[in-house]
Amino acid sequence: MFKQIKDTLGSLMLVELLKGLAVTGRYFFAPKMTIRYPEERTPQSNRFRGLHALRRYPNGEERCIACKLCEAVCPAMAITIESEQREDNTRRTTRYDIDLTKCIFCGLCEESCPVDSIVETRVFDYHGEQRGDLLYTKDMLLAVGDKHEKQIAADRAQDKKYR
Amino acid sequence: MEYLATLFGSYWPNIELTAWTLMKIVAIVAPLMIGVAYLTYAERKIIGYMQVRMGPNRVGYFGLLQPMADGIKLLMKEIVLPTASNKGLFLLGPVLAIAPAFAAWAVIPFDATLVLADIDAGLLYVLAMTSIAVYGVIIAGWASNSKYAFLGSLRSAAQIVSYEIAMGFCLVGVLMCANSLNLGKIVLGQEGGLLHWYFLPLFPLFIVYFISAVAETNRAPFDVAEGESEIVAGFHVEYSGMAFAIFFLAEYANIWLVCTLGALMFLGGWLSPVSFLPDGIWWLLIKMAFLVFFFLWFRATFPRYRYDQIMRLGWKVFIPITIVWIVVVGGMMQTDYAHWFH
Amino acid sequence: MADMVFTDFVFYVLATILLVSALNVVTTRNPVHAALFLVLSFFTAAGIWLLLQAEFLAIVLVLVYVGAVMVLFLFVVMMLDINIDKIREGFWRYLPLAGTIGTLMAVEMVMILSNQYFVAAKSVSKPAGFSDAAALGSVLYTDYLLPFELAAVVLLVAIIAAIALTLRGKRESKSMNPAEQVVVRKEDRLRMVNMPSEHEPKPVDTAENGEAS
Repeated sequence: MFKQIKDTLGSLMLVELLKGLAVTGRYFFAPKMTIRYPEERTPQSNRFRGLHALRRYPNGEERCIACKLCEAVCPAMAITIESEQREDNTRRTTRYDIDLTKCIFCGLCEESCPVDSIVETRVFDYHGEQRGDLLYTKDMLLAVGDKHEKQIAADRAQDKKYR
Repeated sequence: MEYLATLFGSYWPNIELTAWTLMKIVAIVAPLMIGVAYLTYAERKIIGYMQVRMGPNRVGYFGLLQPMADGIKLLMKEIVLPTASNKGLFLLGPVLAIAPAFAAWAVIPFDATLVLADIDAGLLYVLAMTSIAVYGVIIAGWASNSKYAFLGSLRSAAQIVSYEIAMGFCLVGVLMCANSLNLGKIVLGQEGGLLHWYFLPLFPLFIVYFISAVAETNRAPFDVAEGESEIVAGFHVEYSGMAFAIFFLAEYANIWLVCTLGALMFLGGWLSPVSFLPDGIWWLLIKMAFLVFFFLWFRATFPRYRYDQIMRLGWKVFIPITIVWIVVVGGMMQTDYAHWFH
Repeated sequence: MADMVFTDFVFYVLATILLVSALNVVTTRNPVHAALFLVLSFFTAAGIWLLLQAEFLAIVLVLVYVGAVMVLFLFVVMMLDINIDKIREGFWRYLPLAGTIGTLMAVEMVMILSNQYFVAAKSVSKPAGFSDAAALGSVLYTDYLLPFELAAVVLLVAIIAAIALTLRGKRESKSMNPAEQVVVRKEDRLRMVNMPSEHEPKPVDTAENGEAS
């Protein structure tokens, strides 16, 4: 009975509502944790899985040997590979497409690769203006690899003992 | 001037009056529109701050041009007319929503002399205008021929009619104290500093008025008419572009209106809280901003009410409280303490 | 006298709108449109009352009828499933009766209006500072106190009757009661149990586990 009266009075005095207002009122003055994106960025892990790249050896030879492990392991079936024998009798890809609209960025292709050819870089803010723009071909992937090779190599070196 | 006067001859006084009135209307509506635009900015900024975010900060310094950018965006967008809608009423809806929100400002006194129409039943007029604002919502919901919109408008209709009663009773308390329905006289009845404002003797009515005002303007936590978690966006689901923007403007204009009304009736309008500072319109603006801030604060704090609880609050809590307090006020007026209530 | 001409003009405009919309209330096929036309006619009627300088009555007309009564009306009408053919079905059957009643009402109206009490009143110019509301109030609570109180009692009876009609008593179904729900406190629903935490997990005995399963 006493409790009921107390509760009724409390709700008439808006006690709980005022407590709620006090909480938001306090946070009004709290330091803001917004990151102003293009100028500030959140720290990234060296294992970040972003845009794909195909790497080359230091002598300029592309690493990929067309083993098609990545194609087989890809759960989204985003990778398409065609291969043939090159003049120097090595097996090379003639086509290496990744459909980024299908890709789920699981990183399995990277893990399956025996020669560290297909990797995922830290790049995440790419875009396409048409649907086809996100179908990355071999040339595009190699270009990404060439552009970010330094970062890719550094990330791999840092992670070496766990690989 | 002289030339115009000779040109129109005996009609000149009428024309002059009309022109002057039109200019006064523009002088009220233009700042109001700016106030409405920047209320949307303030809302986003304040709620952002309370949620430990920055709010808009890209367009102009501190995002100050954001309302302009939003306005231009909404103006450029297409107004989609649903095929199965009732075209005429569909377009009439936004007009009926915003017209009362602006029309009510005709009787608001900003100063002892600064008022467009100093009519006797000013308080009733404002109440009538806020009560017909619901037509915009109802018509929009029905004419859209959409279930969500219709549900939203039904909720809104029942809610506004319910809370209007509690709000009306609060105003009864005020007019008992002020002995007048004229808003200017109500303010002048509170002369003499902070302790003579009506919010002290009428404190429960002030609280009920303010919460009813939140409900009446369909604002959080009473915004079940929009209730995006249940009925998408309520009555304005089918509206796009400027037609949607008009609903938006009407909502914010109504917020300013009920806050101004609250400031006039309970917080002494343009009167200064202490005797050594001069009275003036800035006091009214400060009080309006103070009350409006609470609207935004509420929105940042409270989760949405469930609909049956809204109805319970309106009918079973607020109306009894207001009736009891009106009786108390009436009783106190017969005692020696009557001066507290005048 | 330009002023007079102007008010006359306003009156005729308002009167035309009022008549047209009132006619539309009964002729339009869609009930929602009819209700909205009724709102329009209330509005224009309020405008005409304003011309007669009865601002209190005009505003109260808008406040009560437009702002409250018609909202509820629309509320109901909007939810109807309108079948226009069905509504118009019995038109010819009911025409004779309805026509008789209508004519009777029209005749009564003419008789009353042509009565000597209903000659057009001379417009009374009000003194400055005259308040409609105050005058109405003082008359209502002095000269007409008894009829006023009677009307109030009749309304009270109507309220009680409405509640009694819709009150269904204790319901069979399990329905929610928001009043009970809002007073619920954490302690009523939640029981905090204090249990000693188990520190050392026992070494797993595979043989025993195998038997148990």
